[in-house]
Amino acid sequence: MTTPTAVALEDAKVAFRLGDGRVYTAVEKAHLRVGQGEFVAIVGPTGCGKSTLLNVAAGLLKPAAGSVKIFDRPLVGLNRDAGYLFQADALFPWKTALDNVAIGLEIQGTPRAEALPQSQKWLTSVGLGAFAGRYPHMLSGGQRKRVALAQVLIRDPKILLMDEPFGPLDAQTRQVMGNLLLDLWNADRKAVLFVTHDLEEAIALADRVVIMSAGPSSRIIGDWRVSLPRPRDIFEVRLDKEFHALHREIWSVLKDEVMKGYAQSTHAAEAV
Amino acid sequence: MSRVTLLALQVLVAIICIALWQLLSTVPVFGKILLPPFFFSNPIDVFEQIVKWFASGVIWKHLWITLVESILAFVIGSLGGVLIGFWFARQPLVAAVFDPYVKMVNALPRVVLAPIFALWLGLGIWSKVALGVTLVFFIVFFNVYQGVKEVSRTVLDNGRMLGMSEGQLMRHVYWPSALSWMFSSLHTSVGFAVVGAVVGEYLGSAAGLGYLIQQAEGVFDVAGVFAGMFVLSAFVILIDFGVTLVERRLLVWRPAVDGRG
Repeated sequence: MTTPTAVALEDAKVAFRLGDGRVYTAVEKAHLRVGQGEFVAIVGPTGCGKSTLLNVAAGLLKPAAGSVKIFDRPLVGLNRDAGYLFQADALFPWKTALDNVAIGLEIQGTPRAEALPQSQKWLTSVGLGAFAGRYPHMLSGGQRKRVALAQVLIRDPKILLMDEPFGPLDAQTRQVMGNLLLDLWNADRKAVLFVTHDLEEAIALADRVVIMSAGPSSRIIGDWRVSLPRPRDIFEVRLDKEFHALHREIWSVLKDEVMKGYAQSTHAAEAV
Repeated sequence: MSRVTLLALQVLVAIICIALWQLLSTVPVFGKILLPPFFFSNPIDVFEQIVKWFASGVIWKHLWITLVESILAFVIGSLGGVLIGFWFARQPLVAAVFDPYVKMVNALPRVVLAPIFALWLGLGIWSKVALGVTLVFFIVFFNVYQGVKEVSRTVLDNGRMLGMSEGQLMRHVYWPSALSWMFSSLHTSVGFAVVGAVVGEYLGSAAGLGYLIQQAEGVFDVAGVFAGMFVLSAFVILIDFGVTLVERRLLVWRPAVDGRG
C-alpha cells in the first residue's frame, strides 16, 4: 500500500508523573500508522492506554519519547487536522444543538449567517433536523452523540479521532450510530482512529483492528486487516462467516490480555 | 396537590395567624390580654398604618430609595464579583496570595462596617450601597470563581480540539459557565442587596424602608414597625418574583431542578 500516511506514531511512549513522585508508564513503544482514508480501530482491555494513545495523536498529550507525525510532519501543539469525538458529553450545554454545531465554523471565522444554514444541513444529515432548537439536556444520549458528530464533521477535518464515542449508549443505539458513522465516512473517507473496548464493533466498522496489551506499559500486540466488503451494514456484517473467523482469531489473543487487565485491576483494588 | 388547594392552604395560614393576633391582642383570656397592644399592636392598626402610607403617598419615596440602593448594590457588587472572580480563577497565584485576606474580610460581620461607611460616604444612599456591595460581592465572587474552576475538562478539551483560541474559550466556555453559577445564586445576592440597603438605612439615614421602621421604633409606634416589616416583606417577595422571571429566561439551557422552572 502506498497511500499517504495520515497519522504515524513511532516508538511513542507515554508516561505520567504520579502524585507520590513515581512515574507511571501507560504506553510503551507504540508503533502505529493510519493511512489516508483508512479506518483503524484500537481495541484493548480496560486501562490499557488506548485513549492515551488517541490523546497523543490529538496533541492533547505529549509523548515522553518517540514521535508523532501528521501527514509526514511532526506534530506541534494540538492536531489541527483532526476532529475529536469524546466519550463523555462534550457539547456546550448553554448552546442549542444548532449553535453547538455552528460553533465549529464560527471559530474559524465563518460569519454566523453562513454557519447556521450549514449547521442545519449537518443536523439533518445526522437525523436531527427537527431538533435544532433543543439544548443538550433535552436530547437523549444517542441524540447528543449525533450532535457531537455533526459538530466535529462540519469542520471537515482530515482525520477523525474517536474515543469510545458510543460507549455510554445502549446496544441498539450503538449499532444505529455505527451505521450512521459508516454512511458519513463513506462519503469522503477520512482517516479514522477509533478506540473501543468492543471487539465486534471494531471488526464491523474498521479496515484494520489493532490490539493493545493490558497496562501498565502496554504495547500494540496485534494488527489485523478486515477485508469484509464495503459498504457494510453493521447488523448484516455480524452474520458473516468471515466476521466470525476473524473475531475468533483476534479474541484468542485479546482474551488473555483482558484477563490480565482484569486481574490487575482487582489486585490494585485489593492493595488500596 | 393542585395549585388552587395549595394557594387556599397558604392563605388559610395567614388568616389564622392574623385572626389569632387580633383575638389575643383585644380579647382578654382569663381576665388578661396575652398580647398587650403596646408591645404587639394589632392587625387592624397595622393595616390602617399601611393604608395611610399608601393613601398619602409617603411610602413611595421610601420604597424608591430602598429599591435604588438595592439595585446599585447588586449591580456594583456583581460587576466586582465577576471581574475579581474571573481574575482569581485564571491566575491561581493571585488567588493563593489573596486567599487569607478574602476569607478574613468575608468572615467579618458587615454590620460593623456600616458606621465606617456612614463616616466615609455620609448619610445619603452611597453608604447603604457600599454595605450592600460588601454582601453581594462575596456571593457573586465565590460563585464565579467556582464556575470558572469547575468547567468540565471534556468540554474544555472539546473547545480546544475545535480550534478555539484562549479568547474564544473565554467567551464560549468560561464565561457562560461562570454566568450560570452566578445566576444560580441570583436569589441570594439580590436578597442580600436589599438586606444591605435596609440595615444601612436603619443605622442612619433620612429615607428608605429601614429609616421608616427605625423612626416608628424611636417613638414606640409598634404598629408602624410592623407595618414597615410587612411592606418590606411584600417588597422582597415582588423582587424575588422578578428574579425568578429573569432566571427562567436566562437559564433555559439548564435541566429543570426538582421539576420546577
